[in-house]
Amino acid sequence: MPELYALEAALGALAAAAALATLMRGPMLAFVYPLCALAAIGLGAIDVHVLLGGGEFVARLPIGLPTIGVHLRLDSLSAFFGIVINGGILAASVYGMGFDRAKELTPRVEPLFPLFAAAMNLVLIADDAYAFLFSWELMSLTSWALVVARHTDPESRRASYLYLIMAAIGTSALLFAFGGLAGPAGGYGFDTIRAHPPQALVAALVLAAALIGCGSKGGLIPLHAWLPLAHPAAPSHVSALMSGVMTKVAVYGFVRIAFDLLGPPSWWWALPPIVLGAVTAVLGLLYAVLDRDLKRVLAYSTIENIGVIFVALGLALAFRANGQHEGAAVAMAAALLHVLNHSWFKSLLFLGAGAVLHATGRRDLDGLGGLIHRMPRTAVFFLVGALAASALPPLNGFVSEWLLFQAVIAGQTLPQAALHFAAPAVGAMLALAAALAAACFVRVYGTAFLGRPRSVEAARAHDVPLAQQIAMGGLALLCILGGLLGSVLAAVIAPVLRVLVGADLSSAGSGPTPLSLVAFDPARSIYDAPVIALFVAIASITTLLVVHRLSARRTRRGPAWDCGFPDPSPATQYTASSFAQPLRRVYGAVVFAARETVVMPPPGDNRPAQFSVVLTDYVWRALYAAPGRAVLRLSERLNALQFLSIRRYLVLMFGALVILLSIAAVMI
Amino acid sequence: MTGNLVVQFLAQGAQMFFVLLIAPLAVGVVRRVKARLMRRQGAPLLQGYRDLAKLLRKESVVAENASWLFRSAPSLIFALTWVAAALIPTFASGLMYNWAADVVALVALLGAARALLALAGMDVGTSFGGIGSSREMMIATLAEPAMMLIVLTLAIAAGTTRLAGVADFFITEPLAVRVSMALSLLALIIVALAENARIPVDNPVTHLELTMVHEAMVLEYSGRHLALIEAAGMLKLVLYLSLLICLFAPFGMAPATAGVDGWALGLLAWTVKLLGGAALLGVWEVSIAKMRVFRLPDFVGIAFVFAFLAILLAFLSRGAIE
Repeated sequence: MPELYALEAALGALAAAAALATLMRGPMLAFVYPLCALAAIGLGAIDVHVLLGGGEFVARLPIGLPTIGVHLRLDSLSAFFGIVINGGILAASVYGMGFDRAKELTPRVEPLFPLFAAAMNLVLIADDAYAFLFSWELMSLTSWALVVARHTDPESRRASYLYLIMAAIGTSALLFAFGGLAGPAGGYGFDTIRAHPPQALVAALVLAAALIGCGSKGGLIPLHAWLPLAHPAAPSHVSALMSGVMTKVAVYGFVRIAFDLLGPPSWWWALPPIVLGAVTAVLGLLYAVLDRDLKRVLAYSTIENIGVIFVALGLALAFRANGQHEGAAVAMAAALLHVLNHSWFKSLLFLGAGAVLHATGRRDLDGLGGLIHRMPRTAVFFLVGALAASALPPLNGFVSEWLLFQAVIAGQTLPQAALHFAAPAVGAMLALAAALAAACFVRVYGTAFLGRPRSVEAARAHDVPLAQQIAMGGLALLCILGGLLGSVLAAVIAPVLRVLVGADLSSAGSGPTPLSLVAFDPARSIYDAPVIALFVAIASITTLLVVHRLSARRTRRGPAWDCGFPDPSPATQYTASSFAQPLRRVYGAVVFAARETVVMPPPGDNRPAQFSVVLTDYVWRALYAAPGRAVLRLSERLNALQFLSIRRYLVLMFGALVILLSIAAVMI
Repeated sequence: MTGNLVVQFLAQGAQMFFVLLIAPLAVGVVRRVKARLMRRQGAPLLQGYRDLAKLLRKESVVAENASWLFRSAPSLIFALTWVAAALIPTFASGLMYNWAADVVALVALLGAARALLALAGMDVGTSFGGIGSSREMMIATLAEPAMMLIVLTLAIAAGTTRLAGVADFFITEPLAVRVSMALSLLALIIVALAENARIPVDNPVTHLELTMVHEAMVLEYSGRHLALIEAAGMLKLVLYLSLLICLFAPFGMAPATAGVDGWALGLLAWTVKLLGGAALLGVWEVSIAKMRVFRLPDFVGIAFVFAFLAILLAFLSRGAIE
């Protein structure tokens, strides 16, 4: 089986890279990234081969548990997610090749990077619960170690601490989920689980546990709190991997459990992912639009996109439970294409943020500005990513958004009343999220790249090395191509759709042109990105030609007009905070109980006026701060138990024995 | 068949040409009606064309630190708006390229034009540019979802998201009094006012610093760039009026199968209805005052609530039938 050898060779290369990197120091570490890039290309090629009809392959390796071994399987679903993940790894590795060998390589990052990459690949090909959980935990730990790479920064330490706790909670939820799936017989192989789907009650518990386990890794609100702290704390190419790619492993875990292992769905399984996803989508962006840290805004936007993906998955579950395979295929295609598209544009944006950080040393939006002049190429790539993330045509983010709205409309044919309320509500939330995304990215791009520099560092910025430009440029190209060729991508994922929901986009290719994306029926819904792009191109070229012919064609550079009172100070520009102020007034007052206070000194007093805003994060307060305090209080209480006399310890032990015996008596 | 294709292609081209041709006239009608209602003489109806010609003749002054984005945005915004306007069925439904983008894509195309304009507003780095962009995006976060819900409601009623299909549905079906349709109409009117920067959301004739939204964003533009931005604004007005007409007053529109005669009749009907709509807008604008910026969320939020109720009713009534 040549694929197996290739797979092992590629994974082995990652392991070897990690092992060698632990032995090396300084500039020698630079070999890690080319090796990772090669391994990612190899793994990606195998995935493409399998997805395009190379057939799945199964292997059992005699490592891991004694006599049981490790089961591996690469089917079309794993292959699709493998393409997503290895694309991200490739981009991050190419970006890493541009690092300054003398200054930017540390033994805290480079040895862990290939391990992290390998762990994510292992999760996808695991075919038994043990292998899955082992690789999942390896992925969590390596990414945790990458987050804590800059451990001298107290914020990094706090982020990694929270991440560790949340990862532990998530993994224990998954442990529970697989326990439920394995059932009393304890078959931990995925094929055994698939053959014996659990009872209805157990299935519900497993679904809840999977939602907690995968949702916490993906950043589903309210399990998101670690994500906007941890993702930005890592080095930027690792942030790109965590946000663009690792969250997709979480989505994979949920899809694998809910669509593959759990058996035929009940219709109400759809409600939790739909509701949580919709809330996540809107809240994630409201956080993003009010935050002032470039990388944290991007991390919050990741939360939003995970919400969108979970909504699509929920709709697919609802359609599938009602036997509406076509609707399920449209919703599932929306989810999978959004997985792919988000991995491209979010990796691009994080790499762009890394470039900005590298060039200026700053991530606060209010200290940037005018980078379009100093970093022209990065500015173009970031613009493509920002417009794609805003779900604007003809870029790739819009393709999955379009499919998702088609699925929402089709929700009217679902027979359950609860879904009749949920579908339009979700449509409203998604439309709101799309509009907020546009506002969010106009704000980010407008303050960081446009306008005048707000700090010395921003004014002295310079564009990044060629390798990093290539990484970003490649992703930007993918964002554009993915937008134009959405129908091709939809055709490529057809085998995955058939496995998951029993149908694909059956009307594909029946549109007016071969590249039309068709949902349900060409008479019903068509989106033809190439034709629209062509029309816009023709219209703008015609416009330019005509205007140039008719107009005076003279252009003069002059000082800015600004209503007659231009101020040379860059502080008079709108900042990220002032841009968000109207949005904060409209949405923040309800969602975050935003309160603005203005302290005006009395006339004659020379003190400056003060303006302050207080935002309350209800989710943090109720679900993180309060339990944290409770645990602390309880542990302080229990601390007293450490200082008892031996007599009292004996009493305690005796009491425990009596209780245990009485329990045993009742049970038997 | 090829002959038919050529005719179809020409019809599509004609539509693109007509929406562009009539746009300054529609704005002229609005201005003229407003002026007459205020007992002023008002500018001639053709003033819009003259303004554009004047702007094209003038040199373009670009701020010193403006980037390529500032200079290329106007033509892109114009092209995006123009393509979007050409997709709306005006005098005939089912023209050649109406299928290329459905209602969802139409909303997104307008969103792309808006995002570009807001970015261009921030490019020079002036306080007014930022004020305009920030407010525009705030209004858009309410107006765009409302618009999306409206078009989804209509798509549910018509059973398709294709604009031509929706228009055909409204031509052939007698416009039954449906609550969801009435709510959609109200919501669409509010969205149209907000998106076109008309009173009470924004006042297109003043440059009052504290209240302006759209004008603040385009403050730095001059000459041919400003001409393109203005033309895009005029096209957007025609687009929204045509959308309202095509959905709620489609009588006279030529169906997909009609020949050239039908198109001529449809063109006449569309022109009359469009200018009538523009006159109504003028009457509306003199009879109401501009709102404070921070009361706008309430006003545009009404559209969002109406649109949400409309789509909810559409879903529920659909469920009740089956």
